[in-house]
Amino acid sequence: MTRRYLARRLLQVPPAALVILVGAFLLIHLAPGDPILALAGESGDAAYYAEMRAKFGLDRSLIEQLAVFVGNVVRFDLGDSYVLGRPAALVIAERIPATLLLTGVALALASTVGIAIGLVAAARVHRRTDVAINLVTLALHATPSFWLAQLAILTLGLWAGILPVGGMTTARSSATGVAALLDVAHHLVLPVAVLAATEVAAIARLTRTGLLDELSQDYVRTARAKGLSERRVLVRHALRRALLPVVTVIGGRVGHLLGGTVLVEAVFGWPGVGRLLLSAVQARDTPIVLGVFLVIATTVIVANVVTDLVYARLDPRIRYA
Amino acid sequence: MRWRPPQWLRTPGAVIGTALTALVLVVAALADVIATTDPFATIGPPLTVPTAVFPMGTDDLGRDLFSGVIHGVRTSALVALGVGLIALPLGILVGGVAGARGGLVDDLLMRFSEVWQVLPRFFLALMVIALFGPGLDRIVLVLGLTSWSLLARVVRAEILSVREREFVEAARAGGSSEWRILWRQMLPHAMPVAIVFVTLLLAQVCLIESSLGFLGLSDPNAISLGYLASQAQRFLRVAWWMWLFPGLALIAIIVGFNLLGDAINDRIRGRR
Repeated sequence: MTRRYLARRLLQVPPAALVILVGAFLLIHLAPGDPILALAGESGDAAYYAEMRAKFGLDRSLIEQLAVFVGNVVRFDLGDSYVLGRPAALVIAERIPATLLLTGVALALASTVGIAIGLVAAARVHRRTDVAINLVTLALHATPSFWLAQLAILTLGLWAGILPVGGMTTARSSATGVAALLDVAHHLVLPVAVLAATEVAAIARLTRTGLLDELSQDYVRTARAKGLSERRVLVRHALRRALLPVVTVIGGRVGHLLGGTVLVEAVFGWPGVGRLLLSAVQARDTPIVLGVFLVIATTVIVANVVTDLVYARLDPRIRYA
Repeated sequence: MRWRPPQWLRTPGAVIGTALTALVLVVAALADVIATTDPFATIGPPLTVPTAVFPMGTDDLGRDLFSGVIHGVRTSALVALGVGLIALPLGILVGGVAGARGGLVDDLLMRFSEVWQVLPRFFLALMVIALFGPGLDRIVLVLGLTSWSLLARVVRAEILSVREREFVEAARAGGSSEWRILWRQMLPHAMPVAIVFVTLLLAQVCLIESSLGFLGLSDPNAISLGYLASQAQRFLRVAWWMWLFPGLALIAIIVGFNLLGDAINDRIRGRR
C-alpha cells in the first residue's frame, strides 16, 4: 500500500464528515418551529432556553451558528437530553458497549458462517446442496429482520422455551463473575442470530459468486493439473482471491448492520444505542437523536475507510492513481 | 401462432420475479377493489382465526387483516414508486453528465456522490422523523435524495464504456450536440443497468419503509406492513396469523424485486 493511497483515502474523510454535520445543522433549522425547541425541548424553563441559546449561538448569524454547532459537536457537547436531563453524549456513551457487543459478535459470526456456506455451495455447484443453500439465502436476504426476530421468539423462545427472549441479563439476578458473563451470553444468542442471519445470506451469496468466477480461471486449472486436492484448490487458491470483494461488502454493510441493530434491540429489549435512539425519536429528544446519528455516521465513514485500506493491503494490484 | 416468452423470461427465477412484481403492482393499483373494507375499521370480533369471511383473520381490535395487508402492499409500492421517481432521474443525470463530460466536472460530481454514499439512510430517515414528525412524503424524499449516488456511478461506468465507440463517434461526426449524443446514443445503453440497479434499490426501500412502520414511525394515516407486524408482537403466542401474513407479503415484494433485477442482469450479461 503506497503512502499516497493512504493519504488520499484519508483526505476524503473530512468533506464527508463536514457534509454530514452541515446536513444535520440544516435539518435542525429547517424543522418547523424555533430551533431552540428542537434543541432544548418544549418543556424547558426560560433560564435553560437562554443557556442553550447562548451555547448554540442562536442569536447570531447562520454562518456563525454553524461554526458554533461544529465546535460543540467536536467537543461532544450536544446539550442535555430533555427526557433524561443528563448530557446526551454521556447517555449515548453508556449504551455503546451493549451495542458493540451485539454487532461485533454478529459481524464475526456472519463473516465466518457466510464464507463457510458460500464455500460449500461453490464446491457443490448446481447440485442439491447448492440449490438448497441458494433458496435459503435468497429467502433470508429478503426477510425483514424484525419478522425473523419474531419467528425466533415464537419457535426458540416461547415454544421450545430454551432461550431468553428479552433483555441483556436475567431480572433480579445476583450472579457475578463467570455466571454473570454466561447469563449475558445466554441472552445474546437470539439477538445475535437474528442480526447475523441477513448478513450471512449476503456474504454467502457473494462468496459463492466470487468463487465460481475464480474457479474458471487458468491458475485454478494449473493447480488442479499439478495434482492438488480439490479442497486445497478451493481453500488455498480460489478462496483467497474470491474473498477480496467479500471484504469490501462486509465493510460496506456496517451501516446496514447498525440499522438492523435498532430493530433487533427493539424486539429483544436489548439495552443498546438502537433502543435509546428509538425512544429518543418517539420523544423527539433531539440531542440524543442528533448524537446517535453523528456516532453512526462517523462509524460508517471510518468502517468504509478501514475496509478500503484493508482491501488495498490484501490486493497489491490496487494503486490509487 | 403460439406465444413464445422472450429470452430473459426463460428461467424460473425470472418467471417468479416477474409474476410477483406484477402481482404487487396489480394489488397496489386495485387495493380498494380487492379489499373493500377499511383497514382501520373494526368490523369483526377481535383475534379471529383466518376463515372464509376473514381470509387472514382479524387483529386485537377486530380489524380485517386481509384489508390491512392489501393496503400495506399499496403503501410499500407507493413509497417504492416515489423513491424510484426521485432517484432514477437524479442518478441518470449525474452519472450521465459525469461520464459524458469527463475531466473536472466528472471529478467533482463523483467526489460529491461519494459523500452521499456513506450516509446511513435509515438513520437519516429516523432523524428527519424525529425533527419533522412522521409522514410518507418525507420518508420518500429522504430515501429518494440519498439513493441516487450508487446509481450515478453505475450509469457513469456504462457511459464511459461507450464514449469512444464508433456509433458515438459517428453521431459526433454527424454534428449532433453533446446533449443529443448523451440522450439519444449513450443513455439508452446505460438504461438496462440503471433499471437493474433501481429494481434492487426498491427492494431495499421497501425493507426500510417496513422497518420504520415496525418501529411505529411510518405515516399514522397509511397502513404499513411493518406496522401490522409490530401489532403482532404482543400476540405471538395466540395470533400467529397477525405475524405470518404481513411478513409473507413483504417477503413476496422483496423477493419479486430481487429476482426480477437478477433476471434482467443475467440477460444483460449474457448479451455481452
